[in-house]
Amino acid sequence: MTQAAQNAGMQVDQSDVTGEAKAGPDPHYNFAYLDEQTKRMIRRAILKGVAIPGYQVPFASREMPMPYGWGTGGVQVTASIIGPDDVLKVIDQGADDTTNAVSIRQFFVRTTDVETTTHTEEASIIQTRHRIPEQNLSEDQILVYQVPIPEPLRFLEPRESETRKMHALGEYGLMHVKLYEDIATHGHIATTYAYPVKVNGHYIMDPSPTPKFDNPKMHRMPALQLFGAGREKRIYAIPPHTAVYSLDFEDHPFEVQQWEQSCEICGAGDTFLDEVVTDDQGGRMFVCSDSDHCNRHQEAAE
Amino acid sequence: MIGADANGSGADSNAIAATSAGFDNPVLQSQAMYRNLLSAMAQPGRIISCDLSLEVPLPLWPTTAAAALTLLDFDTPLWLDPVAATVLPLSDYLRFHCGCPLVQASGNAAFAIISDPAELPPLNVFAAGTDEYPDRSATLLIQVERLDDSRGVILRGPGIESKQCFQAKGLPSGFWQQVQENHSGFPQGVDMIFCAQDRIAALPRSTQVEV
Ligand SMILES: [Zn+2]
Repeated sequence: MTQAAQNAGMQVDQSDVTGEAKAGPDPHYNFAYLDEQTKRMIRRAILKGVAIPGYQVPFASREMPMPYGWGTGGVQVTASIIGPDDVLKVIDQGADDTTNAVSIRQFFVRTTDVETTTHTEEASIIQTRHRIPEQNLSEDQILVYQVPIPEPLRFLEPRESETRKMHALGEYGLMHVKLYEDIATHGHIATTYAYPVKVNGHYIMDPSPTPKFDNPKMHRMPALQLFGAGREKRIYAIPPHTAVYSLDFEDHPFEVQQWEQSCEICGAGDTFLDEVVTDDQGGRMFVCSDSDHCNRHQEAAE
Repeated sequence: MIGADANGSGADSNAIAATSAGFDNPVLQSQAMYRNLLSAMAQPGRIISCDLSLEVPLPLWPTTAAAALTLLDFDTPLWLDPVAATVLPLSDYLRFHCGCPLVQASGNAAFAIISDPAELPPLNVFAAGTDEYPDRSATLLIQVERLDDSRGVILRGPGIESKQCFQAKGLPSGFWQQVQENHSGFPQGVDMIFCAQDRIAALPRSTQVEV
Protein backbone atom coordinates (compact mmCIF):
# COMPACT_ATOMS: atom_id res chain seq x y z
CA MET A 1 0.00 0.00 0.00
CA THR A 2 1.38 3.41 -0.93
CA GLN A 3 1.64 6.29 1.51
CA ALA A 4 -0.89 8.22 -0.59
CA ALA A 5 -3.29 5.31 -0.37
CA GLN A 6 -2.89 5.20 3.40
CA ASN A 7 -3.63 8.89 3.59
CA ALA A 8 -6.82 8.41 1.57
CA GLY A 9 -8.17 5.62 3.66
CA MET A 10 -7.01 4.79 7.07
CA GLN A 11 -6.88 8.02 9.03
CA VAL A 12 -9.94 8.00 11.21
CA ASP A 13 -10.86 11.35 12.63
CA GLN A 14 -13.50 10.62 15.26
CA SER A 15 -14.71 14.22 15.28
CA ASP A 16 -15.89 13.85 11.70
CA VAL A 17 -18.74 11.42 12.24
CA THR A 18 -21.11 12.80 9.64
CA GLY A 19 -18.42 13.89 7.20
CA GLU A 20 -18.87 17.64 7.06
CA ALA A 21 -18.78 19.16 3.60
CA LYS A 22 -15.42 20.39 2.37
CA ALA A 23 -14.43 22.55 -0.56
CA GLY A 24 -14.39 19.66 -3.03
CA PRO A 25 -12.89 16.23 -3.55
CA ASP A 26 -9.21 15.87 -2.72
CA PRO A 27 -7.42 16.72 -6.00
CA HIS A 28 -4.69 14.16 -5.28
CA TYR A 29 -7.03 11.31 -6.16
CA ASN A 30 -9.27 10.45 -9.08
CA PHE A 31 -12.94 10.96 -8.17
CA ALA A 32 -13.88 8.12 -5.80
CA TYR A 33 -10.25 6.93 -5.78
CA LEU A 34 -10.50 4.20 -8.44
CA ASP A 35 -9.05 4.84 -11.90
CA GLU A 36 -11.54 5.04 -14.75
CA GLN A 37 -10.52 1.74 -16.35
CA THR A 38 -11.16 -0.09 -13.06
CA LYS A 39 -14.53 1.63 -12.69
CA ARG A 40 -15.54 0.56 -16.20
CA MET A 41 -14.60 -3.04 -15.46
CA ILE A 42 -16.57 -3.01 -12.19
CA ARG A 43 -19.50 -1.20 -13.83
CA ARG A 44 -19.71 -3.88 -16.51
CA ALA A 45 -19.58 -6.61 -13.84
CA ILE A 46 -22.42 -4.94 -11.90
CA LEU A 47 -24.61 -4.75 -15.02
CA LYS A 48 -24.09 -8.48 -15.66
CA GLY A 49 -24.83 -9.16 -11.99
CA VAL A 50 -28.11 -7.25 -12.28
CA ALA A 51 -29.01 -9.12 -15.48
CA ILE A 52 -28.32 -12.50 -13.80
CA PRO A 53 -29.77 -12.07 -10.27
CA GLY A 54 -27.83 -13.96 -7.60
CA TYR A 55 -25.00 -15.08 -9.90
CA GLN A 56 -21.49 -14.24 -8.68
CA VAL A 57 -19.66 -12.27 -11.38
CA PRO A 58 -15.85 -12.53 -11.15
CA PHE A 59 -14.05 -9.19 -11.26
CA ALA A 60 -10.44 -8.00 -10.98
CA SER A 61 -10.57 -6.61 -7.44
CA ARG A 62 -8.13 -3.76 -6.82
CA GLU A 63 -6.02 -3.07 -3.77
CA MET A 64 -7.80 -0.44 -1.72
CA PRO A 65 -6.37 1.86 0.94
CA MET A 66 -7.80 -0.32 3.70
CA PRO A 67 -7.23 -3.95 4.63
CA TYR A 68 -9.36 -6.83 3.34
CA GLY A 69 -12.04 -7.40 5.91
CA TRP A 70 -12.74 -3.68 5.94
CA GLY A 71 -15.20 -3.99 3.11
CA THR A 72 -12.96 -3.46 0.11
CA GLY A 73 -15.50 -5.19 -2.16
CA GLY A 74 -18.34 -2.95 -1.04
CA VAL A 75 -16.08 0.09 -1.25
CA GLN A 76 -15.15 -0.72 -4.87
CA VAL A 77 -18.83 -1.16 -5.79
CA THR A 78 -19.77 2.13 -4.14
CA ALA A 79 -16.77 3.91 -5.72
CA SER A 80 -17.89 2.72 -9.15
CA ILE A 81 -21.47 3.97 -8.86
CA ILE A 82 -21.21 7.07 -6.65
CA GLY A 83 -21.58 10.59 -8.10
CA PRO A 84 -21.52 14.14 -6.75
CA ASP A 85 -25.31 14.21 -6.30
CA ASP A 86 -25.45 11.12 -4.10
CA VAL A 87 -26.06 11.15 -0.36
CA LEU A 88 -24.13 8.37 1.33
CA LYS A 89 -24.85 6.45 4.53
CA VAL A 90 -22.41 3.85 5.84
CA ILE A 91 -23.30 1.37 8.58
CA ASP A 92 -21.46 -1.38 10.36
CA GLN A 93 -23.63 -3.80 12.38
CA GLY A 94 -26.40 -1.23 12.07
CA ALA A 95 -24.40 1.67 13.54
CA ASP A 96 -23.06 4.76 11.74
CA ASP A 97 -20.37 5.54 14.30
CA THR A 98 -18.15 2.46 14.46
CA THR A 99 -14.53 2.73 13.30
CA ASN A 100 -15.20 0.80 10.12
CA ALA A 101 -18.23 2.88 9.13
CA VAL A 102 -16.53 6.19 10.01
CA SER A 103 -13.41 5.23 8.08
CA ILE A 104 -15.31 4.30 4.92
CA ARG A 105 -17.50 7.39 5.12
CA GLN A 106 -14.44 9.62 5.47
CA PHE A 107 -12.78 7.84 2.56
CA PHE A 108 -15.69 8.81 0.32
CA VAL A 109 -15.98 12.34 1.68
CA ARG A 110 -12.28 12.84 0.98
CA THR A 111 -12.31 11.36 -2.51
CA THR A 112 -15.75 12.57 -3.72
CA ASP A 113 -16.85 15.39 -1.38
CA VAL A 114 -20.24 13.68 -1.41
CA GLU A 115 -22.90 14.58 1.15
CA THR A 116 -23.34 12.02 3.93
CA THR A 117 -26.15 11.22 6.32
CA THR A 118 -27.04 8.87 9.13
CA HIS A 119 -30.74 9.05 8.28
CA THR A 120 -31.74 6.01 6.28
CA GLU A 121 -34.44 7.73 4.20
CA GLU A 122 -32.11 10.59 3.14
CA ALA A 123 -29.46 8.31 1.64
CA SER A 124 -29.31 7.46 -2.07
CA ILE A 125 -26.56 4.89 -1.45
CA ILE A 126 -26.26 2.90 1.78
CA GLN A 127 -23.13 0.81 2.23
CA THR A 128 -23.54 -1.82 4.91
CA ARG A 129 -21.70 -4.45 6.82
CA HIS A 130 -23.86 -7.09 8.54
CA ARG A 131 -27.28 -5.39 8.65
CA ILE A 132 -30.17 -4.16 6.54
CA PRO A 133 -31.73 -0.97 7.92
CA GLU A 134 -34.99 -1.49 9.81
CA GLN A 135 -36.73 1.21 7.79
CA ASN A 136 -38.12 0.14 4.42
CA LEU A 137 -35.97 1.26 1.48
CA SER A 138 -37.30 2.82 -1.73
CA GLU A 139 -36.75 2.42 -5.47
CA ASP A 140 -34.52 5.52 -5.38
CA GLN A 141 -31.99 3.85 -3.10
CA ILE A 142 -29.13 1.40 -3.64
CA LEU A 143 -27.97 -0.89 -0.83
CA VAL A 144 -24.32 -2.00 -1.14
CA TYR A 145 -23.26 -4.97 1.00
CA GLN A 146 -19.72 -5.74 2.11
CA VAL A 147 -19.24 -9.47 1.64
CA PRO A 148 -16.41 -11.57 3.12
CA ILE A 149 -17.29 -14.98 1.59
CA PRO A 150 -19.67 -14.79 -1.36
CA GLU A 151 -19.93 -18.52 -2.08
CA PRO A 152 -22.73 -20.09 0.01
CA LEU A 153 -21.50 -23.58 -0.91
CA ARG A 154 -17.86 -22.93 0.04
CA PHE A 155 -18.08 -24.62 3.46
CA LEU A 156 -19.58 -27.69 1.83
CA GLU A 157 -17.33 -27.82 -1.23
CA PRO A 158 -13.97 -26.04 -1.22
CA ARG A 159 -13.29 -26.37 -4.97
CA GLU A 160 -14.42 -23.39 -7.04
CA SER A 161 -14.74 -25.56 -10.17
CA GLU A 162 -17.21 -27.77 -8.30
CA THR A 163 -19.32 -25.01 -6.74
CA ARG A 164 -19.54 -23.33 -10.15
CA LYS A 165 -20.83 -26.60 -11.62
CA MET A 166 -23.34 -26.96 -8.78
CA HIS A 167 -24.71 -23.47 -9.45
CA ALA A 168 -24.80 -24.16 -13.19
CA LEU A 169 -26.81 -27.35 -12.71
CA GLY A 170 -28.87 -26.08 -9.79
CA GLU A 171 -27.54 -28.99 -7.72
CA TYR A 172 -28.25 -27.63 -4.30
CA GLY A 173 -28.89 -30.89 -2.46
CA LEU A 174 -25.76 -30.47 -0.30
CA MET A 175 -27.08 -27.18 1.09
CA HIS A 176 -30.38 -28.78 2.06
CA VAL A 177 -28.49 -31.67 3.67
CA LYS A 178 -26.45 -29.18 5.70
CA LEU A 179 -29.54 -27.37 6.95
CA TYR A 180 -31.24 -30.69 7.69
CA GLU A 181 -28.25 -31.80 9.73
CA ASP A 182 -28.86 -28.68 11.82
CA ILE A 183 -32.37 -29.90 12.47
CA ALA A 184 -31.18 -33.41 13.33
CA THR A 185 -28.61 -32.00 15.79
CA HIS A 186 -30.46 -29.03 17.29
CA GLY A 187 -34.12 -29.73 16.56
CA HIS A 188 -34.22 -26.56 14.44
CA ILE A 189 -32.12 -24.83 11.78
CA ALA A 190 -29.30 -23.37 13.87
CA THR A 191 -27.85 -21.15 11.13
CA THR A 192 -28.59 -17.59 12.22
CA TYR A 193 -26.18 -15.50 10.08
CA ALA A 194 -25.48 -15.67 6.35
CA TYR A 195 -28.60 -17.80 6.06
CA PRO A 196 -28.76 -18.94 2.42
CA VAL A 197 -31.43 -17.57 0.10
CA LYS A 198 -32.72 -18.51 -3.35
CA VAL A 199 -32.93 -15.56 -5.73
CA ASN A 200 -35.59 -15.38 -8.46
CA GLY A 201 -36.12 -19.13 -8.16
CA HIS A 202 -32.66 -19.87 -9.52
CA TYR A 203 -29.37 -19.16 -7.74
CA ILE A 204 -28.67 -19.92 -4.10
CA MET A 205 -26.93 -16.86 -2.71
CA ASP A 206 -25.10 -15.80 0.44
CA PRO A 207 -26.81 -12.67 1.81
CA SER A 208 -23.47 -11.72 3.54
CA PRO A 209 -23.23 -12.15 7.33
CA THR A 210 -26.47 -10.34 8.04
CA PRO A 211 -28.67 -11.94 10.71
CA LYS A 212 -31.42 -14.11 9.25
CA PHE A 213 -33.76 -11.57 10.87
CA ASP A 214 -32.95 -9.39 7.84
CA ASN A 215 -33.61 -12.04 5.17
CA PRO A 216 -37.32 -11.23 4.71
CA LYS A 217 -36.38 -7.59 3.99
CA MET A 218 -34.51 -8.75 0.88
CA HIS A 219 -37.66 -10.27 -0.61
CA ARG A 220 -39.15 -7.89 -3.18
CA MET A 221 -37.16 -4.98 -1.76
CA PRO A 222 -37.84 -1.87 -3.90
CA ALA A 223 -34.15 -0.84 -3.69
CA LEU A 224 -31.42 -2.32 -5.87
CA GLN A 225 -29.12 -4.56 -3.80
CA LEU A 226 -25.45 -4.88 -4.82
CA PHE A 227 -22.89 -7.16 -3.16
CA GLY A 228 -19.10 -6.79 -3.34
CA ALA A 229 -16.51 -9.31 -2.09
CA GLY A 230 -13.04 -7.78 -2.43
CA ARG A 231 -10.75 -10.59 -1.35
CA GLU A 232 -12.82 -13.21 -3.17
CA LYS A 233 -13.24 -10.95 -6.23
CA ARG A 234 -16.96 -11.40 -6.75
CA ILE A 235 -19.86 -9.03 -7.41
CA TYR A 236 -23.52 -10.03 -7.36
CA ALA A 237 -26.87 -8.29 -7.33
CA ILE A 238 -30.59 -8.47 -6.66
CA PRO A 239 -32.72 -6.13 -8.81
CA PRO A 240 -35.66 -4.32 -7.19
CA HIS A 241 -38.84 -6.33 -6.47
CA THR A 242 -37.06 -9.68 -6.92
CA ALA A 243 -38.26 -12.81 -5.13
CA VAL A 244 -35.76 -13.85 -2.44
CA TYR A 245 -36.66 -16.89 -0.34
CA SER A 246 -34.79 -18.28 2.63
CA LEU A 247 -34.22 -22.02 2.26
CA ASP A 248 -36.34 -24.16 4.55
CA PHE A 249 -38.33 -27.37 4.82
CA GLU A 250 -42.07 -28.00 4.92
CA ASP A 251 -41.88 -29.37 8.46
CA HIS A 252 -39.31 -26.75 9.53
CA PRO A 253 -40.32 -23.44 7.94
CA PHE A 254 -37.95 -20.48 8.01
CA GLU A 255 -38.29 -18.32 11.11
CA VAL A 256 -36.58 -15.11 12.15
CA GLN A 257 -35.04 -14.45 15.54
CA GLN A 258 -37.39 -13.17 18.21
CA TRP A 259 -36.75 -11.56 21.56
CA GLU A 260 -38.73 -11.69 24.78
CA GLN A 261 -37.80 -8.08 25.54
CA SER A 262 -38.12 -4.79 23.68
CA CYS A 263 -35.33 -2.28 23.03
CA GLU A 264 -34.44 -0.75 26.39
CA ILE A 265 -33.71 2.64 24.81
CA CYS A 266 -36.59 3.26 22.38
CA GLY A 267 -39.03 0.52 23.36
CA ALA A 268 -39.29 -0.95 19.85
CA GLY A 269 -40.51 -4.53 19.88
CA ASP A 270 -39.98 -5.34 16.22
CA THR A 271 -36.28 -4.65 15.64
CA PHE A 272 -33.06 -6.68 15.71
CA LEU A 273 -31.58 -6.34 19.20
CA ASP A 274 -27.95 -6.43 20.33
CA GLU A 275 -27.08 -7.41 23.88
CA VAL A 276 -24.62 -4.79 25.12
CA VAL A 277 -22.53 -4.71 28.28
CA THR A 278 -23.37 -1.59 30.28
CA ASP A 279 -20.83 -1.68 33.12
CA ASP A 280 -18.00 -3.75 34.53
CA GLN A 281 -20.36 -5.47 37.01
CA GLY A 282 -21.70 -7.62 34.20
CA GLY A 283 -24.75 -5.43 33.62
CA ARG A 284 -26.38 -5.98 30.23
CA MET A 285 -29.19 -4.55 28.21
CA PHE A 286 -30.88 -5.19 24.88
CA VAL A 287 -30.90 -2.30 22.39
CA CYS A 288 -31.64 -1.85 18.68
CA SER A 289 -28.68 -2.69 16.47
CA ASP A 290 -29.90 -0.06 13.95
CA SER A 291 -28.81 3.11 15.78
CA ASP A 292 -30.52 5.54 13.39
CA HIS A 293 -33.82 3.70 13.71
CA CYS A 294 -33.44 3.62 17.50
CA ASN A 295 -32.74 7.37 17.70
CA ARG A 296 -35.70 8.23 15.47
CA HIS A 297 -38.03 5.89 17.34
CA GLN A 298 -36.90 7.43 20.61
CA GLU A 299 -37.47 10.99 19.31
CA ALA A 300 -40.92 10.04 18.05
CA ALA A 301 -41.82 8.56 21.44
CA GLU A 302 -40.80 11.68 23.35
CA MET B 1 -9.63 8.20 -18.27
CA ILE B 2 -11.81 7.79 -21.34
CA GLY B 3 -9.99 8.95 -24.46
CA ALA B 4 -6.64 9.01 -22.73
CA ASP B 5 -6.13 5.30 -23.13
CA ALA B 6 -7.09 5.11 -26.82
CA ASN B 7 -4.65 2.79 -28.50
CA GLY B 8 -5.11 4.50 -31.84
CA SER B 9 -5.34 1.17 -33.61
CA GLY B 10 -6.28 1.91 -37.18
CA ALA B 11 -6.95 5.58 -36.50
CA ASP B 12 -4.29 7.68 -38.22
CA SER B 13 -3.58 11.22 -37.11
CA ASN B 14 -5.95 12.74 -39.69
CA ALA B 15 -8.80 10.61 -38.46
CA ILE B 16 -8.05 11.62 -34.87
CA ALA B 17 -8.06 15.29 -35.81
CA ALA B 18 -11.44 14.88 -37.50
CA THR B 19 -13.03 12.86 -34.71
CA SER B 20 -15.86 14.43 -32.73
CA ALA B 21 -15.23 15.16 -29.10
CA GLY B 22 -16.09 12.71 -26.32
CA PHE B 23 -17.29 13.74 -22.86
CA ASP B 24 -16.11 17.20 -21.66
CA ASN B 25 -15.73 15.71 -18.20
CA PRO B 26 -15.20 11.97 -18.72
CA VAL B 27 -15.13 11.10 -15.01
CA LEU B 28 -18.40 12.71 -13.97
CA GLN B 29 -20.30 12.30 -17.24
CA SER B 30 -19.52 8.60 -17.50
CA GLN B 31 -20.61 8.20 -13.87
CA ALA B 32 -23.91 9.96 -14.61
CA MET B 33 -24.49 7.86 -17.75
CA TYR B 34 -23.62 4.71 -15.84
CA ARG B 35 -26.35 5.41 -13.30
CA ASN B 36 -28.82 5.75 -16.20
CA LEU B 37 -27.64 2.40 -17.56
CA LEU B 38 -27.82 0.79 -14.11
CA SER B 39 -31.35 2.15 -13.51
CA ALA B 40 -32.41 0.84 -16.91
CA MET B 41 -30.93 -2.63 -16.38
CA ALA B 42 -32.36 -2.84 -12.84
CA GLN B 43 -35.87 -1.87 -14.03
CA PRO B 44 -36.42 -3.62 -17.36
CA GLY B 45 -38.59 -1.76 -19.83
CA ARG B 46 -38.66 1.44 -17.83
CA ILE B 47 -37.65 4.46 -19.91
CA ILE B 48 -34.76 6.45 -18.45
CA SER B 49 -34.14 10.00 -19.73
CA CYS B 50 -30.52 10.94 -20.35
CA ASP B 51 -29.40 14.53 -20.16
CA LEU B 52 -26.59 14.63 -22.72
CA SER B 53 -24.94 17.24 -24.89
CA LEU B 54 -22.67 15.20 -27.13
CA GLU B 55 -21.80 15.76 -30.75
CA VAL B 56 -21.39 12.37 -32.27
CA PRO B 57 -20.90 11.06 -35.81
CA LEU B 58 -24.07 9.79 -37.48
CA PRO B 59 -25.62 7.30 -37.48
CA LEU B 60 -24.58 7.12 -33.82
CA TRP B 61 -26.93 8.80 -31.33
CA PRO B 62 -25.83 10.63 -28.18
CA THR B 63 -27.24 7.94 -25.88
CA THR B 64 -25.46 5.15 -27.75
CA ALA B 65 -22.22 7.12 -27.84
CA ALA B 66 -22.49 7.92 -24.12
CA ALA B 67 -23.13 4.26 -23.30
CA ALA B 68 -20.09 3.30 -25.38
CA LEU B 69 -17.89 5.97 -23.76
CA THR B 70 -19.04 4.72 -20.36
CA LEU B 71 -18.68 0.97 -20.81
CA LEU B 72 -16.20 0.19 -23.59
CA ASP B 73 -12.41 0.00 -23.55
CA PHE B 74 -9.58 -2.22 -24.79
CA ASP B 75 -11.08 -5.17 -22.87
CA THR B 76 -14.39 -5.12 -24.77
CA PRO B 77 -14.41 -6.35 -28.39
CA LEU B 78 -17.12 -4.43 -30.25
CA TRP B 79 -19.23 -5.56 -33.18
CA LEU B 80 -20.86 -2.98 -35.45
CA ASP B 81 -23.76 -3.79 -37.73
CA PRO B 82 -22.70 -3.98 -41.41
CA VAL B 83 -24.09 -0.51 -42.24
CA ALA B 84 -22.48 1.21 -39.26
CA ALA B 85 -19.22 -0.64 -39.87
CA THR B 86 -18.80 1.12 -43.23
CA VAL B 87 -19.10 4.60 -41.68
CA LEU B 88 -15.49 5.51 -41.10
CA PRO B 89 -16.07 8.50 -38.76
CA LEU B 90 -18.14 6.24 -36.52
CA SER B 91 -15.58 3.44 -36.19
CA ASP B 92 -12.81 6.04 -35.81
CA TYR B 93 -14.78 7.74 -33.04
CA LEU B 94 -15.25 4.50 -31.12
CA ARG B 95 -11.66 3.38 -31.62
CA PHE B 96 -10.28 6.74 -30.60
CA HIS B 97 -12.45 7.46 -27.56
CA CYS B 98 -12.97 3.93 -26.27
CA GLY B 99 -9.88 2.14 -27.56
CA CYS B 100 -12.02 -0.92 -28.16
CA PRO B 101 -11.07 -3.52 -30.78
CA LEU B 102 -13.65 -3.93 -33.55
CA VAL B 103 -14.48 -7.53 -34.41
CA GLN B 104 -16.04 -9.02 -37.55
CA ALA B 105 -17.39 -12.16 -35.88
CA SER B 106 -20.50 -11.29 -33.86
CA GLY B 107 -19.89 -14.27 -31.55
CA ASN B 108 -16.61 -12.72 -30.32
CA ALA B 109 -18.13 -9.41 -29.27
CA ALA B 110 -18.62 -8.30 -25.66
CA PHE B 111 -20.70 -5.39 -26.98
CA ALA B 112 -22.54 -4.76 -30.21
CA ILE B 113 -23.88 -1.52 -31.60
CA ILE B 114 -26.86 -1.89 -33.90
CA SER B 115 -27.43 1.50 -35.48
CA ASP B 116 -30.79 0.59 -37.01
CA PRO B 117 -33.08 -2.16 -35.66
CA ALA B 118 -33.57 -3.39 -39.23
CA GLU B 119 -29.89 -4.41 -39.11
CA LEU B 120 -30.33 -6.54 -35.99
CA PRO B 121 -29.17 -10.10 -36.66
CA PRO B 122 -30.77 -13.03 -34.81
CA LEU B 123 -29.95 -12.73 -31.09
CA ASN B 124 -28.37 -16.19 -31.02
CA VAL B 125 -25.42 -15.07 -33.18
CA PHE B 126 -24.06 -13.27 -30.11
CA ALA B 127 -22.22 -14.81 -27.17
CA ALA B 128 -24.68 -16.04 -24.51
CA GLY B 129 -21.99 -17.14 -22.03
CA THR B 130 -21.99 -20.63 -20.53
CA ASP B 131 -23.98 -22.11 -17.66
CA GLU B 132 -20.86 -21.80 -15.49
CA TYR B 133 -19.93 -18.30 -16.73
CA PRO B 134 -23.16 -16.71 -17.96
CA ASP B 135 -21.57 -13.26 -17.54
CA ARG B 136 -19.34 -13.95 -20.55
CA SER B 137 -22.13 -12.81 -22.78
CA ALA B 138 -22.79 -9.92 -25.13
CA THR B 139 -24.54 -6.67 -24.32
CA LEU B 140 -26.34 -5.20 -27.34
CA LEU B 141 -26.83 -1.46 -27.77
CA ILE B 142 -29.77 -1.23 -30.16
CA GLN B 143 -30.71 2.18 -31.58
CA VAL B 144 -34.42 2.72 -32.03
CA GLU B 145 -36.37 5.79 -33.10
CA ARG B 146 -38.93 5.58 -30.35
CA LEU B 147 -39.45 3.90 -26.99
CA ASP B 148 -42.84 3.55 -25.32
CA ASP B 149 -43.56 2.07 -21.90
CA SER B 150 -47.32 2.56 -21.97
CA ARG B 151 -48.17 -0.08 -24.58
CA GLY B 152 -46.71 -3.05 -26.41
CA VAL B 153 -45.52 -6.35 -24.98
CA ILE B 154 -45.85 -7.13 -21.25
CA LEU B 155 -42.65 -7.64 -19.29
CA ARG B 156 -42.38 -9.46 -15.96
CA GLY B 157 -39.50 -10.55 -13.78
CA PRO B 158 -36.70 -9.19 -11.58
CA GLY B 159 -36.75 -5.38 -11.40
CA ILE B 160 -40.47 -5.19 -12.22
CA GLU B 161 -42.98 -4.84 -9.39
CA SER B 162 -45.86 -6.52 -11.23
CA LYS B 163 -45.73 -5.89 -14.96
CA GLN B 164 -44.26 -3.36 -17.37
CA CYS B 165 -45.43 -2.46 -20.89
CA PHE B 166 -42.77 -1.93 -23.50
CA GLN B 167 -42.52 -1.07 -27.18
CA ALA B 168 -39.58 -0.06 -29.35
CA LYS B 169 -40.08 1.14 -32.92
CA GLY B 170 -38.79 -0.78 -35.91
CA LEU B 171 -37.76 -4.09 -34.37
CA PRO B 172 -37.55 -6.91 -36.92
CA SER B 173 -40.33 -9.45 -37.19
CA GLY B 174 -39.79 -12.44 -34.97
CA PHE B 175 -37.80 -10.32 -32.52
CA TRP B 176 -40.03 -10.99 -29.49
CA GLN B 177 -39.98 -14.70 -30.10
CA GLN B 178 -36.18 -14.51 -30.08
CA VAL B 179 -36.35 -12.59 -26.80
CA GLN B 180 -38.49 -15.37 -25.34
CA GLU B 181 -35.94 -17.95 -26.50
CA ASN B 182 -33.15 -15.80 -25.05
CA HIS B 183 -34.98 -15.76 -21.71
CA SER B 184 -35.62 -19.50 -21.75
CA GLY B 185 -31.86 -20.10 -21.94
CA PHE B 186 -31.35 -18.36 -18.56
CA PRO B 187 -28.78 -18.07 -17.03
CA GLN B 188 -27.26 -17.90 -20.50
CA GLY B 189 -28.36 -15.12 -22.79
CA VAL B 190 -27.65 -11.68 -24.16
CA ASP B 191 -28.71 -8.41 -22.52
CA MET B 192 -30.10 -5.49 -24.51
CA ILE B 193 -30.04 -1.75 -24.06
CA PHE B 194 -32.34 0.20 -26.39
CA CYS B 195 -31.06 3.67 -27.19
CA ALA B 196 -33.40 6.35 -28.52
CA GLN B 197 -32.21 9.93 -29.12
CA ASP B 198 -32.35 11.03 -25.49
CA ARG B 199 -33.62 8.05 -23.55
CA ILE B 200 -32.79 4.43 -22.96
CA ALA B 201 -34.46 1.24 -21.72
CA ALA B 202 -33.01 -2.20 -21.07
CA LEU B 203 -34.11 -5.78 -21.51
CA PRO B 204 -31.93 -8.24 -19.60
CA ARG B 205 -32.15 -11.99 -20.16
CA SER B 206 -34.02 -12.38 -16.84
CA THR B 207 -37.15 -10.66 -18.21
CA GLN B 208 -40.15 -12.73 -19.30
CA VAL B 209 -42.07 -11.39 -22.29
CA GLU B 210 -45.74 -11.87 -23.03
CA VAL B 211 -46.54 -10.86 -26.61
ZN1 LIG C 1 -34.20 1.00 20.00
